[in-house]
Parts: sequence; C-alpha cells; structure tokens
Amino acid sequence: MMKNDYIPFPSKILEVIRHTKIEYTFRMEFQGDVKPGQFFEVSIPKYGEAPISVSGIGDNFVDLTIRRVGKVTNEVFEHYVGDTLLLRGPYGNGFDVSDYAGKDIIVMAGGTGLSPVRGVVDYFFNHPEQRGHMTLIAGFKTSHDILFRNDLKLWKKNMDIILTVDCAEEDVACHVGLVTQYIPQIKLDNVQNTVAVVVGPPAMMRFSVQGLLDIGLPEENVWISQERKMCCGLGKCGHCKIGDTYVCLDGPVFNYTKGKFLVD
Amino acid sequence: MGFHITDMQLNVLFQTWQTNYHIYAPRNFSGGGRFSDTDCIRYGKIEHADEIVFDKKSDYSFKEVLTPVSQTLFFFTEGQTKEADFPQKGAVIFLRSCDLYALKRLDDMYLHNSPADYYYQHLRDNIKIVLMGCEHSFENCFCVSMGTNVSTKYDMSIDRQPDGTYLVDCKDEAWVKQLVQAGCEQQEVIPAHVTENQVTVQVPENLTAEVAKSTMWEEYNSRCINCGRCNFVCPTCTCFTMQDLFYSENGKVGERRRIWASCMVDGFTDVAGGGSYRKKNGERMRFKVLHKVLDYKQRNGYHMCVGCGRCDDICPEYISFSGCINKLQSAMTEVTEQ
Repeated sequence: MMKNDYIPFPSKILEVIRHTKIEYTFRMEFQGDVKPGQFFEVSIPKYGEAPISVSGIGDNFVDLTIRRVGKVTNEVFEHYVGDTLLLRGPYGNGFDVSDYAGKDIIVMAGGTGLSPVRGVVDYFFNHPEQRGHMTLIAGFKTSHDILFRNDLKLWKKNMDIILTVDCAEEDVACHVGLVTQYIPQIKLDNVQNTVAVVVGPPAMMRFSVQGLLDIGLPEENVWISQERKMCCGLGKCGHCKIGDTYVCLDGPVFNYTKGKFLVD
Repeated sequence: MGFHITDMQLNVLFQTWQTNYHIYAPRNFSGGGRFSDTDCIRYGKIEHADEIVFDKKSDYSFKEVLTPVSQTLFFFTEGQTKEADFPQKGAVIFLRSCDLYALKRLDDMYLHNSPADYYYQHLRDNIKIVLMGCEHSFENCFCVSMGTNVSTKYDMSIDRQPDGTYLVDCKDEAWVKQLVQAGCEQQEVIPAHVTENQVTVQVPENLTAEVAKSTMWEEYNSRCINCGRCNFVCPTCTCFTMQDLFYSENGKVGERRRIWASCMVDGFTDVAGGGSYRKKNGERMRFKVLHKVLDYKQRNGYHMCVGCGRCDDICPEYISFSGCINKLQSAMTEVTEQ
C-alpha cells in the first residue's frame, strides 16, 4: 500500500514560547529524523497549510517559530499548550552541520531568518570542540522584534554575538544598523577555512553574501536558505520552483555556488 | 494487430469497455465556448463513437482526467481525516500523439520528481490509451519540431475514415481477441500522423537562463494580461494549490482539495507577510517559456513542451508561444554580446 503523503498527522503543543507580540515558538510533539533548516507543513482545517521551518530539535519535539502574518498562522495563534495542530513533514534538505565542522563559522540572520539557523547555532554552542571561532550577526527591525533573547544571552558564553536593530526608538543594549555594516568586525583568521550561513529577507541575503565575498570568503564556503511558497513540499505543486530547482526538494538550503544561479 | 471496423463494431467494443472503464474523449460542449453561441471541445465522458470530435483540435487537453481541475484529497471530520474515495472505474482515454507525449511529462512530474503522488498513481494505474491519428496538422501545431508527432505506446489507435468506418491498430490482447471474435476485417494499419506543420520552432542549442536578461520579455509586460489560460489548456502544466473547503460555519466538517494553479496568475508566488516573486507579466512569461524549453530539460533530459499549440489557440491577446521560442536565438545573441 502506497503512503499518502498529503494526510497530516496530529501533533500536540507541548510549550509556547513568546518572543514578540507576533512571533511565538510552538514546541510540537515529534519523534523522527529532522534537521535544522528543514520545514513542516502546519495545517489547520479550513484555514489551510503553511510551510514553517524547524527552529529547534529535541528528543521528542520540534520547535516551530511562527510569525503571525497570514491566514493559517493567525489561526495557529489561537491554539495553546495541550491543543493539537496538524503537521506534514519534515521536508527539504536542511543544514548539514558536518559541512561546517572544524571550520570558523559565521552566521548572519535577519529577522525570522534566525529560526532555521537556530538549530545550527545551538549545535555548535553545545559542541564548541567541533568548530573554530564562531560569530553570529543577528539583525532585527526594532528591539521589540528580537527573537530568542534567552538563547542569544546563553550563546554569548562561547561565541561572538553581534546583535543589531535597524532603527532604535529608545536606548537599547545592542548595535544599531544593518547586519552588513558589522561584517568588518568579524574576527577573521583564514578565510579559506571559514564558512558562512546567511538567512533572511532576499535583499539582506544579497548584500550580506556580497559583503562576505568581498572580505575574501570563497563562494563554496557560503550557504543560504530560501523562502518560497511551498504548497505541497513534495516537488509537485510548482509554486517554489526556480529554474530547474525545486526549493522544497533541492533546498531550501543551498550552497552559494548553486544558489547564485537561482533567478526567480 | 490492425482492423478495419464499422461504427457498430466499435460501439460494441465501447459497450464492453464500460463495464470496467469510463471512456473519456474530446467532445463538443454546445454553447460552452468563450464567446456567445460558440462551442467548446474538451474532455468528457462518452458512450458512443459519434460523440467523439475527430476533425478538430480539442481546446483543453486530456490532463483533467488524471489531474482534475479540483480534486478532493481527504475529508476532515472533527479530529479525523478520511481519504477521498477513488473512482470505481478506470479510464479509457482518447488522445492525440502530442498529448500522449504530454502523459510522459505528467508521469515524470507526479511519479518521478521525488515520492510518487498517491492520487495520481491510483488514477494512472488504471487507464488505457487510445491514440487518435492526425490526418493533417491543425492551426498553431508544431509537434514535428518538438518530436512528438509519432507515438507507438498506445493500447489501440483509431482513425475515422470518410465513410464513417474506422481503422484501428490494437495492442491490447483482450481487445484484439474481442475484435477477432467479432469477425472484424483484418488489415495492416499505421496510425495517421503528420510529418510537417505550418509552424516550426527552433530551440537554440546554446540556450541558457542568461536569456532572462534579454529585453525580449518586456513586450509581454503590457501584452500579457496574466489570465493563465495558456497554463490551463497546456497538457504539460501540472501546478496546483491546496485549498480547504468547509460545509458548515462551525468549521468542523470539510475537505482539503487541490486545484489547478497558474504561474501567470497573481498570487502564485506570494509568501506570508507580503513577499512575492516575478511581479511583472514579462517575468512570468519568461518563467513559463524557459520551463517548457529549458529548465525542465535540464532536470529530465527532454523538453517539456509537446507543441500542441493550444496556448496560442486560447490566448486572448494573440501571444504566440511558438513565436516566442523563435525569438530566443536573437535574445541569446543579445545577452551574450553584452
């Protein structure tokens, strides 16, 4: 009997972590193989499905950090601990931490772009012996939009964290400005042995990658993750196709040598 | 094995098919055209041979038999989901050579581009193919250029003769037996096929995605009205969108469907929060054209477009897809000389 990939399974909400007014992390019951950067289709009958990337992984759970910006996500926010959501997945390739092992690591994240890479940062926070120097540059619109505040504090213990907001409306304990302007502050040793992961809105990724290439990182040392409309997650519906590439199958994580050729 | 059969013999064959199959063929929907008092030729169930339209190209392709315009995947009933039932009967599909090539493209999309699609596989496993010969090329066809004018992978072929009889080449063993038993006249039959079209296209050998930078696409910004008809008539377009539908206001009982989607229509790439890609119609045209004659081939080894020309037939703005393909060569020259 063939498996019907379209039928979602129920998953219980174990915990809800509130970051901002419109961004919560839902800790969902899940057991199975999953990698950071992969995504699930979260659905609520009547409202539809939305692709949400995995922002944390545990023995019996996955974290889904959800921004309340659409029909489905609005409805997700009506649910709380003990309730059930429907899931399908995980889909996509995700980040392979082995690609970064033994190297100096730069992570640049813009806004909710921090969610898909959080698993990578967390992994290397817990396994500092598997890497060299590590820098995380995380940018948000304002200080009210900062995600994973507790993690950012914790991670500081063994890596450089540059936290910046685009505009500060009050005295904030972080930098002000775009992530790209902090690239010169990254402690660089050997660019050939430095890898970078860049995730965020399209313009942020474009300029950040350019900045990293300008300081000498080889293209093959840079990884990006693309956000697209993924209706099925199974390489069928066509919404996420870019050229000969299906973001849901071949991505959403791309090495820049491949990612740079993706023209929408 | 070839036969020359009468209308009555064919209808007897149809009757036996209908025990286990629905017969889908291009038929005339009187008054169903896009303008008042015009007809539409599209796929529908038929019972008798005289319902089949042999002398015209169908406006829409056979694909709706395998990928329905709107397909219920499963039902929600409070905490439970229940898979939608499949049709009790299989399908005998009458189609032309170009469409038979399109079937291979549907197969590669739904069965081989990552895990096989559960719903498509079920319908696909239970079909028979009857190839309708093409005595002559229709308007806008360019099957010869796309190499789709001759087909051999059918269960039976059929050509209607001027006297109302039929020439068939039958490969299905059970059907052959039946025709022999019925005393049908045997003779060598080669399905009619065209060897030239009025329209020819040349996909440039050196075509790459660089052609996206050409100015040729700008024309379509204003000419194309992004209605998406070209996608809906195309036998190889497969995109869909998920849609939930509920029966009662309490929202506890309903169904999830997938419905046809079009890369030309607004909203195709919208992500939550307001982002979208390819906002200009020229960019959408480029995306579609390059899928048909460039990037599908990069992934699957052969071109997606089968040259049926239905997109040209249906376009309300008289945009010619084949004309567009033929502009690619000079567009490549334009971008490589820059």
